[in-house]
Amino acid sequence: MSSREKTLEALKKNQPDQVELPAITSYEQSEKDNVLQFKNTLLFIGGQAIEVNGYGDMITYIKEHFGEAKRILSTIEALHPVAEIKAHYPDPHSLEDVGLTIVNAQFGVAENGAVWITDDLLPARALPFITEFLAVVLEKKTIVPTMQEAYDRIGISDYGFGVFIAGPSKTSDIEQSLVLGAHGPKGMTIFLI
Amino acid sequence: MKVALFIPCYVDQFYPQVGIATLELLTKLGVEVTYPLQQTCCGQPMANSGFAHLTPNCDSLFIKNFSDFDYIVCPSGSCTLHIKEHLHDEIRPDEALSIRKKIYELTEFLTDILKVKNLTASFPHKVGLHQSCHGQRGLHLSQMTELTAPPFSKPERLLRMVDGLQLIELDRKDECCGFGGTFCVTEEAVSVKMGKDRITDHTKHEAEFITGGDMSCLMHLEGILRRQHSHVRVKHIAEILNAQ
Amino acid sequence: MKNHPELAEQFNTDEARVNWHDETLWWVRTKRDRMSHALPEWEQLRESASQIKNNVLSNLSDYLIQFESNAKANGIIVHWAADANEHNAIVLSLLRQQGATQMVKSKSMLTEECHLNEYLEQNNIDVVDSDLGERVVQLAKEPPSHIVLPCIHKKKEEIGELFHEHLGTPKGNADPQFLTHAARLHLREKFLTRKVALTGVNFAIADTGEFVVCTNEGNADMGAHLADVHIASMGIEKIIPQRKHLGVFLRILARSATGQPVTTYSSHFKKPREGKAIHIILVDNGRSIHLGRPDFRNALKCIRCGACMNTCPVYRRSGGHSYHTAIAGPIGSILAPNLDMKKYADLPFASTLCGSCSNVCPVKIDIHDQLFKWRQVIVKEGYATSGKKVGMKVMNSVLSHPSLYRTSGKIGRWIMNHFPSVVNNKLNPWFRQREMPEPPKESFREWYQKNKKR
Ligand code: SF4
Repeated sequence: MSSREKTLEALKKNQPDQVELPAITSYEQSEKDNVLQFKNTLLFIGGQAIEVNGYGDMITYIKEHFGEAKRILSTIEALHPVAEIKAHYPDPHSLEDVGLTIVNAQFGVAENGAVWITDDLLPARALPFITEFLAVVLEKKTIVPTMQEAYDRIGISDYGFGVFIAGPSKTSDIEQSLVLGAHGPKGMTIFLI
Repeated sequence: MKVALFIPCYVDQFYPQVGIATLELLTKLGVEVTYPLQQTCCGQPMANSGFAHLTPNCDSLFIKNFSDFDYIVCPSGSCTLHIKEHLHDEIRPDEALSIRKKIYELTEFLTDILKVKNLTASFPHKVGLHQSCHGQRGLHLSQMTELTAPPFSKPERLLRMVDGLQLIELDRKDECCGFGGTFCVTEEAVSVKMGKDRITDHTKHEAEFITGGDMSCLMHLEGILRRQHSHVRVKHIAEILNAQ
Repeated sequence: MKNHPELAEQFNTDEARVNWHDETLWWVRTKRDRMSHALPEWEQLRESASQIKNNVLSNLSDYLIQFESNAKANGIIVHWAADANEHNAIVLSLLRQQGATQMVKSKSMLTEECHLNEYLEQNNIDVVDSDLGERVVQLAKEPPSHIVLPCIHKKKEEIGELFHEHLGTPKGNADPQFLTHAARLHLREKFLTRKVALTGVNFAIADTGEFVVCTNEGNADMGAHLADVHIASMGIEKIIPQRKHLGVFLRILARSATGQPVTTYSSHFKKPREGKAIHIILVDNGRSIHLGRPDFRNALKCIRCGACMNTCPVYRRSGGHSYHTAIAGPIGSILAPNLDMKKYADLPFASTLCGSCSNVCPVKIDIHDQLFKWRQVIVKEGYATSGKKVGMKVMNSVLSHPSLYRTSGKIGRWIMNHFPSVVNNKLNPWFRQREMPEPPKESFREWYQKNKKR
């Protein structure tokens, strides 16, 4: 008997009687202003949100803050004055020297400051991790209150890879001291439009 | 109302004043209490050590002693909890079940059954309340800090009725003291360290007395306090609620 | 092999370190409280999570079959491993297929349970743990002492020393920021050069055939997206029915674990990249047996948040290594006896049964009740120490016979009055650091008989 059969057989024999799935309800949140909560939470987890009026504002901001960056990458056509625009990088190892990446997110989550990004928005899955700094363009009106509404929104949509990103990469492994930029980005900026 | 007093074995032997205070307090509140003379123990020390299968005799004895009463009151959360959760009897299952329902820890009996609103007690000292785990998390005598739920505390409510008593705040409101039954000897190092840390929390906030609903925890803390030659003393909550 | 009390006593020889360990973990518990208390629906979320997991356990075989077929349709290659050995052999064969002699790995308690690193090393494979805490303990040649905070027992100076020795950082530099940056540079080179990456799995979704990996550092993603082959090792209990259930679990996992609203990365792997491969290994290793123990099966609901360890007053004062098993603390103490009751007979006794663990557990496992029940099983199966056995029998016969009890109590008090050194000696574990109670003149019973006979 294969391990598959062995395991399944043992499970069938040992699992308890059927227990029903609970109904999952949404809970009303005390903070009604999703955008405000999103901004505050993001700050708390080491990121920052900047309200912008359009791509012009973003370009100015990028020039001002990331003028020194070795390589700036984006998938957003309108950012071409400051970024290299490409839809696909077949070899992610070539992204090692990227200083800043700017991508779109599908939506944001107010309770935890996370944004949802699927691989159709990424020129390479590795990019939001390997880049030294990450910036994300997020439409304010897409922000949902909690992860429960987030998954309602994702529904049964298809993707190869999807990720919630909440702030910069971090670790507290050494004596619980928080350090930003463990393996991934050292900072995360969200452009709210 | 027929009320029986269940005095845990170690209280009977080492802390008779706690039994006396409990009896006097209840009498003062107009309750007539009987102490069944043949009682011994709830069986917890064995059960918690993994020897629950040895306790049937102890259980039947308990039923024999207490089944005739409307209420059983016990000045120990831990022993009360053990009876509530584990008392059973092959021959008299119903009696065991009914005892499980009518046994009360002293402070919950005072607040929930007697609905005591004031006391004529006086204890002009700074007191720290040690929440024993079995009373708190098992019998739910106080809210537990782990939960997202409104706070309350039955023993605290009673202590606030005592004249002159000043209740101190603790950094860790409901951390275990490390007694844990046989744990206190099988895991001596951790047990003592836990006790020392509890004591530090109380002394840091200038407690003169540490009180609580379980003499077992207090006996452990007292053992450490006396070894440290500390001036801080332990007193069972019954003694304070009965203090003049 | 030393047992928990012995290892705990060893840990307690350095009291300052115990204080530091206790306070560091209590701080994590406090952060968790802040998060959970801020959500009025917290207790309902725990209840939902618990019920979803109960449903999972009752349908585990079907969910696994469903997951397997959906994952396959997504292009993921599925393997089954009955035990640790088979799991390790599968990993090795995948490495050999690639001609790889090196692998980068992110956090997976399952691979700790399977002792994968030792196995691969014996087979000349160089494994690098990429989670910072895990890398630290790997360099120190120690197992992790905590499932979420692997090197929580190490002081920064010790880590500085290790990095000096292995990564060439300047001697004496123990700044967390600096050390983390050094590890980043050291590990980036590994991520860029390894062809095979292994990750754990936090959740696998039966309905969609995808799996989710949660990290703060981004190390799982760095490994997986840069390698040609991604191996994911997963305990079979990690399955959940539908994607929307993540809405519940991701709300409670990080809040319980570290007091963050969510982990930095919650990565959903559904299909491999073009031309690359994802393998998932479904590992039983005793879980199906555990499922057959009605009193203990719901320990399989665990989502490995570590909250029960942070809150455990014993764990905080005995250290993770005192549990001598891959998963320490309260949850480890109810999981380990399932695998080897004799070897881990001490663990269910390494608790005061205070119950704090059950209260923080986000999936509402009745941890302290299971500790109590394991004690009964262990004693019945004959794994109690013999001294304890005799003592308990005597205690029981005394306590079930009122007259015997009265005499022995009296004798006890008489001894304590007259020969304090008999009970107050070094061999008496109560007396080593505590005074014995001062024996009163009479028992309560005696007082009652004198005063109450009216
Ligand atoms: S038993 Fe509960 S609290 Fe402990 S690690 Fe598992 S899920 Fe977390």
